[in-house]
Amino acid sequence: MRISRRATLSLRAIALLYLFALLLAPLVVVFGRTFEHGFGIAWAWVTTPAALSAFWLTVAVAAIAVPLNTIFGVGCALVLVRGRGRGRGVLDVVLDLPFVVSPVIVGLALLLVYGQDGWFGRWFVDHGIRIIYAVPGMVLATIFVSLPFVVREVAPVLIEIGDEQEQAAATLGASGWQTFWRVTFPSIRWGVAYGVVLTTARALGEIGAVLVVSSNVPGSTLTLPLLVYQRSSEVGPGSITGAYSAATELAVISLIVLLVMTALGPRRGES
Amino acid sequence: MRININTVSKRFGNFTALSDVSLEVPEGSLTALLGPSGSGKSTLLRIIAGLERPDEGAISIDGQDITAARPQDRCIGFVFQHYAPFAHMSVRENVAFGLRIRKRPRAQIRARVDELLSLVGLTTFSEQRPHQLSGGQRQRMALARALAVQPQVLLLDEPFGALDATVRAELRQWLRRLHDEQGVTTVLVTHDQEEAMDVADRIAVMRDGVIEQVGSPQEVYDRPASDFVMGFLGPVSTVYGQLVRPHEVTVSLEPVAGGIEAMVSRIVLLGFEVRVELELPDGSSARAQLTRTQTSELELDRGDIVYVRPPFSGGASPDAALARLTA
Repeated sequence: MRISRRATLSLRAIALLYLFALLLAPLVVVFGRTFEHGFGIAWAWVTTPAALSAFWLTVAVAAIAVPLNTIFGVGCALVLVRGRGRGRGVLDVVLDLPFVVSPVIVGLALLLVYGQDGWFGRWFVDHGIRIIYAVPGMVLATIFVSLPFVVREVAPVLIEIGDEQEQAAATLGASGWQTFWRVTFPSIRWGVAYGVVLTTARALGEIGAVLVVSSNVPGSTLTLPLLVYQRSSEVGPGSITGAYSAATELAVISLIVLLVMTALGPRRGES
Repeated sequence: MRININTVSKRFGNFTALSDVSLEVPEGSLTALLGPSGSGKSTLLRIIAGLERPDEGAISIDGQDITAARPQDRCIGFVFQHYAPFAHMSVRENVAFGLRIRKRPRAQIRARVDELLSLVGLTTFSEQRPHQLSGGQRQRMALARALAVQPQVLLLDEPFGALDATVRAELRQWLRRLHDEQGVTTVLVTHDQEEAMDVADRIAVMRDGVIEQVGSPQEVYDRPASDFVMGFLGPVSTVYGQLVRPHEVTVSLEPVAGGIEAMVSRIVLLGFEVRVELELPDGSSARAQLTRTQTSELELDRGDIVYVRPPFSGGASPDAALARLTA
């Protein structure tokens, strides 16, 4: 198909406009509003005790959810692609649930299962373990919503590389574990890396599911997204700047994660 | 090491890949499993390797039952049709893989890998990645990798199938020499009868999950157990319902005992040889293959009437064969 120069240019213009209007402009506005009263004010807002606590809680939740979902995701991808057992079709569908179920429903579901009157809630309450309206519930919610990313990045790579290299390793005497670390993992590592980036981004940014199961107490159960949400709904002098500052902080963390991963590895097409 | 395959069966869903197959691979032999695609030859090889489990039957190496053993415990070397190189490792690392798994001392690994790389002629390529090698080089790397751990049995799955004709012929010779030097019991899967005849000292001809015949190349070629084996191992022609090799058909201008009258319908020059296409009195057609000298001596031409005599098949007496031919 031949496209005239004019058509090419206008298509490019539309694409750029679309990206600008939907992605860049809001970010630019947030950055602009953050620093409208100067860098010092913005810095003060992100270093309040509540903001610092929110930062560390966000990092901690991601630091638990991401490794767990990475291990689980790689394992699931291996079962889905290399497994021979029954029930793989069911697993395949279940893994997509976090993509299709609204995060608020995820939060409510956790409430129903682990809440005071929930299925397991009683047992945990009796043993003095608090899950709902506390950090464990927030971790569970984050794990749930960020679960499928590693599987969905790794499974296609596993299909593409095929299993001949793994069979060759087996005939050369390698155990399943040795084959995984020496042959399979090096082949899928970029898929894993992209899965980790997406999982991290989702874990850092999740609000809907976490909001439902958090007690939303500043300084103890607020993550950065929750802090942004709370500050933006407060009335009072400067709190909107506080919301923007926290939002910028969150955006910067996510961008750093993305940049680090991009700098570490080749582009998606290469291998 | 001797391999014994004892009444092995394997099904994939409704498809029967192997049906009650038994075969003995003698120690130190180079045995070819020859057959068309879907005949079960690759499945049989993968069962020997432990990459597939038989539904029924048993496999033993050197008298030891290994039916339930994992591939890594069988002391085998396996070469895949598409080489299955470890893409992220250098040629040297590929060859060293099995030795590293076995935790051999570094110096010993280095020496063994150097020896193998020079054996397969890849010394100068040792630091390259597999994707930088040609198909033939990759195949030699795969062979070196399989040989590094000194397997008791070497299994090759269509090892030269993806290579062009010249490289294929070269590697065949090379494999034969290697086998003669190292003496490892080798099983080779191929669909190419020329390849099987060229390298193997024993051929098992397979069809539809069954071994039709096992023997030396000469045996299966000269005394095929079935029409299928005969047809698969070389060109054939039918003379009055009897399957014959075209080059064994005698053509003469004078009537001969047991000769059948035929008309030359076409003469095709095939380089050194000439294919004579014949029409028999009953309307069927047959083919004879002659040398150019024979053809020019006979001064054959289209429309000539000749007398053809098929060879007498191995077991049958000349009279019986004749009676069948002229019946």
